[in-house]
Amino acid sequence: MRFFFCLLGFLSCCAWAEENLENIEKNSESTVENRDSWEAFNRKMFKVHTVVYKSVVKPVAQTYGKIVPLPVHVSLNNAFSNPTDLWVGANNLLQGKPKSAGSDVLRFLINSTLGIFGVFDVASEMGIAKNDEDFGQTLAVWGVPPGKYLFIPGIGPKYTRDAIGWLVDSNPLWWVISPIRARNIALGVNALETTVQILPLYQMVEESGIDPYVMIRESYFQRRNNQIWDGEAPITEEEDDYSKE
Amino acid sequence: MQRFLSFLTVLGFLFFQVAWAEEKQPDQVLKEMMGEVLTTLSSDESYRTDTAKLNQLVEKNIFPHINFRRMTALAVGRDWRKATEEEKTRLTNAFTALLVRTYSNALANYGNEKVVYKPVKMSEGVTEVLAKIEIQQPGSKPVNFDTRLEKKEGTWKVYDVAVEGISLVTNYRDQFAQTLKKGGFPALIDLLENQSQSLINKK
Repeated sequence: MRFFFCLLGFLSCCAWAEENLENIEKNSESTVENRDSWEAFNRKMFKVHTVVYKSVVKPVAQTYGKIVPLPVHVSLNNAFSNPTDLWVGANNLLQGKPKSAGSDVLRFLINSTLGIFGVFDVASEMGIAKNDEDFGQTLAVWGVPPGKYLFIPGIGPKYTRDAIGWLVDSNPLWWVISPIRARNIALGVNALETTVQILPLYQMVEESGIDPYVMIRESYFQRRNNQIWDGEAPITEEEDDYSKE
Repeated sequence: MQRFLSFLTVLGFLFFQVAWAEEKQPDQVLKEMMGEVLTTLSSDESYRTDTAKLNQLVEKNIFPHINFRRMTALAVGRDWRKATEEEKTRLTNAFTALLVRTYSNALANYGNEKVVYKPVKMSEGVTEVLAKIEIQQPGSKPVNFDTRLEKKEGTWKVYDVAVEGISLVTNYRDQFAQTLKKGGFPALIDLLENQSQSLINKK
């Protein structure tokens, strides 16, 4: 009996999530113009971020990236990424996608065992690809509007909705590592690895951007939309006859 | 090695002939466009450090498959109609130069990731199509690389690319709009020409 209620609750959750997804588009369109109404403040924050990035973060990450050999980078990234599949799975469940949630849990099980504590991403080799979900996306699927655009130094671009989601997001790995010192070292290495990965991307933004601030903002808007729709965002048909000559 | 290369050349030539005989499909165009560049990059390290050499490779293999004019028009948006013919040409050239510099540098970071060309769904008679490429790398989520192609005079050409949903054209539109509002087309042309010049000087 209890199971029945759970199932019923879950199914209504699914239906609700699906219905909300249809409303997202309207939400995001209506706010497109005034999403960055804190631009003056954001630009100041972006300046602070850029200065710190160029003078400290970039040189440190570059050196670290060069010292550590590639296979070590890959293994570390795999190991850090493995427990997040559980969190991704939980979000998939909350978004009414039990199938994807199942594949996330399966990935975790395979990689934790055959992949030796997640050091090797065996699941991907087997064709079970990693999903990309976080709590901000779950909120979006539930119909929470994106809110305002924020640029936070050291963290980067975030909608207010996704900043809240980001606070909730967590890698289950940090819950189980003890003592605290070991956990802090792991956190540090993880941060370094993440930075190493975005180095080439950042360079591209610097070089291709006429206005890097706008470049990052527009990229964030588009990427976020793409993530929420799991890569299947509806194409907004716009009049583009002017470009066909 | 020499013999192998000449073998490849002959093979490439044959393929070219065969492909010419029947009309090339969008995914074929992409494979042709990327394949040669990626094989060269992974077999010859010197391309990673020699920017001029890399640019040449890109110009030879990728340029013929891209409609830069439409790409520029879409990045400008509706105001494109207000530009004079000379402004359109200069804008296209400047934007092309900027894109080539930045994307060539991105190519130099290519580290033998596996590139998968997804089959293109298309119905008879369409002239615009979305073709998806997936770049698979160990330890992280595959990167989606979506390209938009249009058929013009019997050949498919790329007019927009989107990495993880981030469209190149849409990305530049807001940046262009700011400058257009302030100083019109002359200002935008100046800005683009200066930007790629500063990239050359940096190298």
